[in-house]
Amino acid sequence: MNNSLISLNELPVGSFGKVKRLIADGIARRRMLDLGLIDDTTVESLRKSPAGDPIAYEIRGAVIALRSEEASKILVESIKK
Amino acid sequence: MGLTKESTGTGALKEMFEVQLESPDDIVTALAGNPNTGKSTVFNSLTGLNQHTGNWPGKTVTNAQGRYVHENKKFVLVDLPGTYSLLANSVEEEVARDFICFGNPHATVVVTDATCLERNLNLVLQITEITNKVVVCVNLMDEAKRKKININLKKLSSLLGVPVVGTTARSGKGLKELKDIVKKVACGDINPMPKKVTYDEALEKAIQEVEPPIHDLVGNRINSKWAALRLIDGDTSLLESINDYLKFNLSENTLIQMKLDAAGKHLVESNIMLEDLPDLIVSNIVKAAEKISREVVSIENESYNQFDRKIDSVLTSKLFGIPIMISLLGLVFWLTIAGANVPSAMLADGLFWIEGHLTDFFYWIEAPMWLHDILVLGVYRTLAWVVSVMLPPMAIFFPLFTLLEDLGYLPRVAFNLDYYFKKACAHGKQALTMCMGFGCNAAGIIACRIIDSPRERLIATITNNFVPCNGRFPTLIALASIFIAASAGAFSSIIATLSVLATIVLGVLITLLISRLLSKTILKGLPSSFTLELPPYRKPQVGRIIVRSLLDRTLFVLGRAVVVAAPAGLVIWLMANVTIGDLSILTICAQFLDPFAKLLGLDGYIMMAFILGLPANEIVLPILIMSYMSKGSMLELDSLAEMRQLFVDNGWTWLTAVCTMLFSLNHWPCGTTLLTIRKETLSWKWTGISFLVPTITGILVCFIVAQGVKLLGLV
Repeated sequence: MNNSLISLNELPVGSFGKVKRLIADGIARRRMLDLGLIDDTTVESLRKSPAGDPIAYEIRGAVIALRSEEASKILVESIKK
Repeated sequence: MGLTKESTGTGALKEMFEVQLESPDDIVTALAGNPNTGKSTVFNSLTGLNQHTGNWPGKTVTNAQGRYVHENKKFVLVDLPGTYSLLANSVEEEVARDFICFGNPHATVVVTDATCLERNLNLVLQITEITNKVVVCVNLMDEAKRKKININLKKLSSLLGVPVVGTTARSGKGLKELKDIVKKVACGDINPMPKKVTYDEALEKAIQEVEPPIHDLVGNRINSKWAALRLIDGDTSLLESINDYLKFNLSENTLIQMKLDAAGKHLVESNIMLEDLPDLIVSNIVKAAEKISREVVSIENESYNQFDRKIDSVLTSKLFGIPIMISLLGLVFWLTIAGANVPSAMLADGLFWIEGHLTDFFYWIEAPMWLHDILVLGVYRTLAWVVSVMLPPMAIFFPLFTLLEDLGYLPRVAFNLDYYFKKACAHGKQALTMCMGFGCNAAGIIACRIIDSPRERLIATITNNFVPCNGRFPTLIALASIFIAASAGAFSSIIATLSVLATIVLGVLITLLISRLLSKTILKGLPSSFTLELPPYRKPQVGRIIVRSLLDRTLFVLGRAVVVAAPAGLVIWLMANVTIGDLSILTICAQFLDPFAKLLGLDGYIMMAFILGLPANEIVLPILIMSYMSKGSMLELDSLAEMRQLFVDNGWTWLTAVCTMLFSLNHWPCGTTLLTIRKETLSWKWTGISFLVPTITGILVCFIVAQGVKLLGLV
């Protein structure tokens, strides 16, 4: 099942993903966890900013913008909802 | 836990947290919550104008305290910094945690957002681990109702084990009940028994092992189960705080260290690696929050946030996002410029009418002429000018700006612009600190606190001066009006707005360029991690906006300007009136500066005006007029046409105006801003650099423009 993992910033706008792994550590990882990005959390890619980066995601009812540097460290499984 | 007054240590509260107690019987309540939950609205509604803001001791984190009386009891409300968590990933989290843990408030109110409860419960659950005396305030109930989100407050209360109050702080709904409950909890009439998060079995076991020796040592002063968990998690910042506030060095306690080692081993035996602990702990809390939220929140309309999304798809669209942003900014400036003229003139008339009477008064008491001149023509006239020039634009600009803030538009600005800040190796929230800088650079520099990476905060601090503040707008507007827009007739206020807008865009570009330059040289580093919440749009409270922006910002900034303008008026008057030989000191200085200033397309008087304008940028133009008229005191000209004639008579061309505008945009920060930088960075070195960077930039830009235009023979 691990072979279908993509990084969050590759998730197409308008589609959903399920968090499977964080490859950040230290404070950056803690921040992600504080956002509620634990295993199996559903995330929706909402929209890109005018320059294409950062991208806004819906995470547990909140809209959070992440730069591609951070989003690329969040591995998700693309799901249908 | 039943803490008595002795053990809560009101003395400690006063000393270590600088809580403003009027008597030892005051009830201290902490106000915690995520950002964007309307926490400050709750704070303002409860305390009204009875507030005091300062800093947390030794930290550049704002500490706001307010007072209110409820049922004959006096309450001190301490507004903690808004945080998502208390795991001390930032100074704000550390401050909030330390106050709840060691400040031992009589009650802690956690403000949550009804439209986004799950995310907020995270913090609630972390706080109930530290203290039992918790009241949960579910705010923004009106927004939830509008979005058809129902919250079962009773069930929430029973699941959390603490009282829950639903409020709409903006309209005051539910606040009386909140005060009632807070009083009951603080006085012990209600003893909340929070249901704590249950961790994985192995972790719970480890906690049980470590807890007893901690409890023996600290007793009931802090929650020992929570402390045990934090120590197992390797939270060194809590160890330091325990050392600071309770004077226990737990890392030197061999028994506790032994137990911690043993607990660690047992965890490893149960296949829990220490490096996975933070994930495990947070996961447990997040899952608990998810579970509670699922039981108490029911959403009638699944597409409740479609409206917000639609607005976002316009305001942050690829095509329109940035043009809309610039137009909105332009609109705000146009309203400020067009709207300020009349009240400005009226104020000036009024203040100069008073001046006439002051003069009469001085004659009447037969005061010496020099005293009249110094006080009335020097000090009072400078003050009058500053007030009449500054007050109307600020009274228009700040409420408009606060309106955009209240609507939730500013985070979208940061979202739109973040890419460019990233390219400059800076922080996306720098866009927000720049927005504040339009009002006042000192305020913008205080706003830099929202950037948690020290390197990026310094970049934002040093470059904040590249956005022109309210004190510089009058100069920019006046020069744009008389030298660039004068021939545009009916469209002159639009042309003036466009010129000012162009100056601002230039300032933004320079900010990005200098930020990048700093990142590549003295502030080397990569952009730090960046997460930005885009909160739901909210209906703004217009009345509240006007009151708060006038009180918090306008009067504050004006008051400070008045404090510096009065002595500056005195010095300037002396410089213009004390003569050596035939020339005033001002003229001698100006003549000395003239050759250098000419290279930059300016003249000695303009340069001198900028130097004397160090206390406050708004007096630059008045000083200049005064020097040209060599009347020895500031004078207001009756019309812009007269001002133009005066400048032209003194050798001005359109190039002089452009260079003066450029130098106004790029020169040293004003005195207040410099002092604020010193206070925020605690370093004279960075204050010095903040002085030099814009100054050198200004000299270079003006030199290039002036010499370029002259070479091309355009003047």
